Amino acid sequence: MSQVRVLVGTKTGAFVLNADGKREKWDVSGPFFAGWEVYHMKGSPVNPDRIYASQTSGWFGQIIQRSDDGGKTWSAPGGGMQKSPQGWPAGESNRFVYDTSPETGASLTTHQWYDGTQHPWEFKRVWHLEPSLTDAEAVYAGVEDAALFHSKDGGHSWQEFAGLRGHGTGPQWQPGAGGMCLHTIVLDPKDPRRIYIAISAAGAFRTDDGGETWKPINKGLRSQFIPDHDAEVGHCVHHIAMSPRRPGVLFMQKHWDVMRSDDAGDSWREVSGNLPTDFGFAIDVHAHEPETIYVAPITSDSLHYPLDGKLQVWRSKTGGNQWEAMTDGLPQKDCYVNVLRDAMAIDTLDECGVYFGTTGGQVYVSPDGGDRWKPIVRDLPAVLSVEVQTLG
Amino acid sequence: MIFVELPHHLRTLAQVSATVALEVEPPVTLRRVLDALEAQYPVLRGTIRDHDSKQRRAFLRFFACEEDLSHESIDALLPEAVATGKEPLLVIGAIAGGQN
Repeated sequence: MSQVRVLVGTKTGAFVLNADGKREKWDVSGPFFAGWEVYHMKGSPVNPDRIYASQTSGWFGQIIQRSDDGGKTWSAPGGGMQKSPQGWPAGESNRFVYDTSPETGASLTTHQWYDGTQHPWEFKRVWHLEPSLTDAEAVYAGVEDAALFHSKDGGHSWQEFAGLRGHGTGPQWQPGAGGMCLHTIVLDPKDPRRIYIAISAAGAFRTDDGGETWKPINKGLRSQFIPDHDAEVGHCVHHIAMSPRRPGVLFMQKHWDVMRSDDAGDSWREVSGNLPTDFGFAIDVHAHEPETIYVAPITSDSLHYPLDGKLQVWRSKTGGNQWEAMTDGLPQKDCYVNVLRDAMAIDTLDECGVYFGTTGGQVYVSPDGGDRWKPIVRDLPAVLSVEVQTLG
Repeated sequence: MIFVELPHHLRTLAQVSATVALEVEPPVTLRRVLDALEAQYPVLRGTIRDHDSKQRRAFLRFFACEEDLSHESIDALLPEAVATGKEPLLVIGAIAGGQN
């Protein structure tokens, strides 16, 4: 019997929602890490019971949590009373140290600060955890200030891919309103050396050699808020999605504009089409139909709630440009929530399920690809992220 | 024996009760107490002070004997009452700070 497990990160804790393949009756467990912000949780495709979570706090900093039983129990890797039997250094799992110059020990590079001066990188939190597609012990972490780290030992220790910050454009990056965060990591299932990442507000980048070297992939993006509207970097990319069935075809929700690339990000074209507003954060792709994509339009960069107070997911079955509103079961008046960038997910059941969470604490499911929606939960804390695992 | 009182979120993280008892050899300084605390509860590393710089996290404070010790040298001697276990060292989360 198929099952789904939905992992929900919120402003004050994490929740795990379980259902069978019908996705009608839900068991809700949590809050885990109550009182802490949980920016993201994601399970390993290799071992679905292995789940990684980013637990963070303005007071106490970053914690990495890990579950090996599908989210029932959690522990900080290496954070117990003693060293692990394998001898990993205890208490290092929340230590994210940026690479420095081997000669001088100085910062590798600096980035633009709000006042136009250069500013050193300072670690703040982990925004996104992306488990490896082939190794349950391997996981990537996108962090603020923007950098990509990876762990090969189940989250016990972390090392930076310094080539991303060091490829040359780093001094031009600058924080957006939400901070300078690396929030999106997309792994190519056919080429383990190819990784896509996105940074606010720098843009999208790609490595083809497993993380050693990187290049900006922002050709075709236009952003009114930077002096050179089609600059190589500086774009506020909100999220990127890719169908594992068709690597190389990417969909992007930019600050404004929904974009598409058919050449692994080398060039982009706008596919906003008839969307009522093309501002938004979340975007995702149907599990079985690589031309079917979903966005949650938000009024504007100044008004972070749905247009006219009507919560709508818009679906395109043509890879963009032609969009239809999916509203059945969603509130169509007086709704002023937001759907954040990591708060939409897709399961892989035959009848593909679509999920999203809101800053009002609702998590909605559509078991039929977006046609009809119903809430799984209504009153969680503000939802920061939603991921789904398809089990069995 | 030295006693340290932790804020709620660090208690739940380390899975301890409010007060933690630590063996600290004299001279009893803040550095030595935090070293002992982190050795006994590695999950707390990085949550009270930075891993490497050892700087106190901005929204935490150290109180003892009705004094704010947050701005004292980390190598200064703690009050005698703390060193002898009569009074606890309090790790306090500021009432302002964070995003919630």
